[in-house]
Amino acid sequence: MEKMENGQVSLDGKELEEIRKKLIKEQRETKIRKFLKNKLSVTGLVLVVLMVLIALLAPVLAGYEPNEMIVKDRLMAPCKEHPFGTDSMGRDVFTSVVYGARVSLLVGCVVSVVSAIVGMVIGLYASYNKALDNILMRICDAMKAIPNILLAICLMASLGASLRNVLISLTVVCTPGIARVARSAALVVREQTYIEAMDALGAKPNRILWRHVAPNILSPVIVQLTFNFATAILAEASLSFLGAGVPPSVPSWGSILNEGMANIYTAWWMIIFPGIFTALTVLGLNLLGDGLRDFLDPLTN
Amino acid sequence: MKKYVIKRILSVIPVLFVVSIIVFSLTHLTPGSPASVILGEDATQAEIEALEEEMGLNKPLPVQYVNWIIGVLHGDLGTSVVGSKPVTEMIAGYFTPTISLTILSVFFAVLIALPLGMLAARKRGTAVDAAVSGISLAGISVPGFLVGLLLMLLVCVKLKLLPVSGYKPLKMGFWKHIRCLLLPAISLGFMHSALMMRMTKASMLEVLNSDYIRMAKSKGVKEFFLVAKHAFKNTLVAVITVIGQSVIGILSGAAVIETMFGIPGMGFLMVNSIGRRDYEVIQGIVLLIAIINVGISLVIDLIYGLIDPRIRLS
Repeated sequence: MEKMENGQVSLDGKELEEIRKKLIKEQRETKIRKFLKNKLSVTGLVLVVLMVLIALLAPVLAGYEPNEMIVKDRLMAPCKEHPFGTDSMGRDVFTSVVYGARVSLLVGCVVSVVSAIVGMVIGLYASYNKALDNILMRICDAMKAIPNILLAICLMASLGASLRNVLISLTVVCTPGIARVARSAALVVREQTYIEAMDALGAKPNRILWRHVAPNILSPVIVQLTFNFATAILAEASLSFLGAGVPPSVPSWGSILNEGMANIYTAWWMIIFPGIFTALTVLGLNLLGDGLRDFLDPLTN
Repeated sequence: MKKYVIKRILSVIPVLFVVSIIVFSLTHLTPGSPASVILGEDATQAEIEALEEEMGLNKPLPVQYVNWIIGVLHGDLGTSVVGSKPVTEMIAGYFTPTISLTILSVFFAVLIALPLGMLAARKRGTAVDAAVSGISLAGISVPGFLVGLLLMLLVCVKLKLLPVSGYKPLKMGFWKHIRCLLLPAISLGFMHSALMMRMTKASMLEVLNSDYIRMAKSKGVKEFFLVAKHAFKNTLVAVITVIGQSVIGILSGAAVIETMFGIPGMGFLMVNSIGRRDYEVIQGIVLLIAIINVGISLVIDLIYGLIDPRIRLS
């Protein structure tokens, strides 16, 4: 730093860059502190982290192998050996619930991330080209005209029940919504002067879209991604509950609930425990999504 | 207004066209020919080919689509391969329970959501507001079928107040009909009341902060009339939209709820058709619900135009 004659300070590029970085860091810290001050979003975060830990540690937590049948212990109420009881085939419900967390989170994660990426590509190109926009948005409108769960059931019916097909059909279901979000955000960003400046400088469309527009539409896309995560988990549970989701050999909250309904007169534990896990995970994701929205785009509030 | 109505109605056509293509391709994604599914595993190649010929499945897909869409436009959704009845006839037989269930569910959702939403807006920042937010958060996080299961467990198994499943048509008496739809309607309604509650609260808050309400308040209009008469009218536009969306949500959510409570509605028929691989029926129901969906959005937009001149002029 050099002191100039009139008392002003001149900074070279490196120093300027450092100050800028420090400011950004400070800004980020206050934002994070604000996020942490919001009890609801922290609760959401804690719930989600907890579920992720449960899913990761499933083999350690579960006392039995998944699908291990102990025939003499059929339909046992919760006790010391089986904290969540057992089902009609003598499988430990706690083990199924813990392994079910893996399936639910895998579905939520893959579906929300893949649909966000595909949706962003669609939204970005739609915002760039009017003709393409018309075609893509008509397709999105039409897909949204078919209610989510029906579209998913329909796709599962034609693809067949398997985990891979659940991932495919739920991704297809979630993509139009996120494409719409990305498109409307991209349309706003495209009107900004700096994009006009890039255009005037002769930057190639792809460079503008991916280097300059894409980073600026990330916030709404990430918020929508969190909500899609919750939607995907609910949809997977509904599909498996109907018997149209993952095959019965894969432990999933929806299929345990389905079996619980068949044994509703005897085995309340097969409904209450997977039910609590499903509800808490979705609750956590919804709270986290609300918190992230306030954190990432304060303007929407 | 006339111009707005015509423009809006015409805009439905491309959406419905694309919907029909999607619905058609959905059921033609299936690996393997439907003919071999119908005939079972022991069918010979010649038998399969003969049936494909009869069903027109050996023609190229665009030709099949054109044949199908011409039928649809004439009100013919094809023939169910399992029931060997026209699909329209089958759907008609399963239509009324779904409509009854939808009406009752929307009724419950509105009954819960409107008063609570308005109360939360009026008592903003108090414990009442927090409680209402809690209820609506629970409504969003607990899937309808889980609410249904819990209600079943509590009301049917523990308290033994109602039977677990079974459906009685309206002919057998109004109260009997309502009784068997009570739990399914609450399970469906609760989920949708959450969103309605949030919207009612948000739009009520906006209206309550507007100048004309402050004016009415300063003129000494009583609290109750202020909310129920002056503010409520202007929140209606937002509320109508959410109710419309809920009707759609409930119609489709009914698939799961009807199946679990054994109500012979369209959702029940659809889920059962999956097991039977009766694609014509699945196709017909999805198309019908998509059309109802597009129709409802159209009606909402037209009502909007009627209520708010700014919309039809833009």
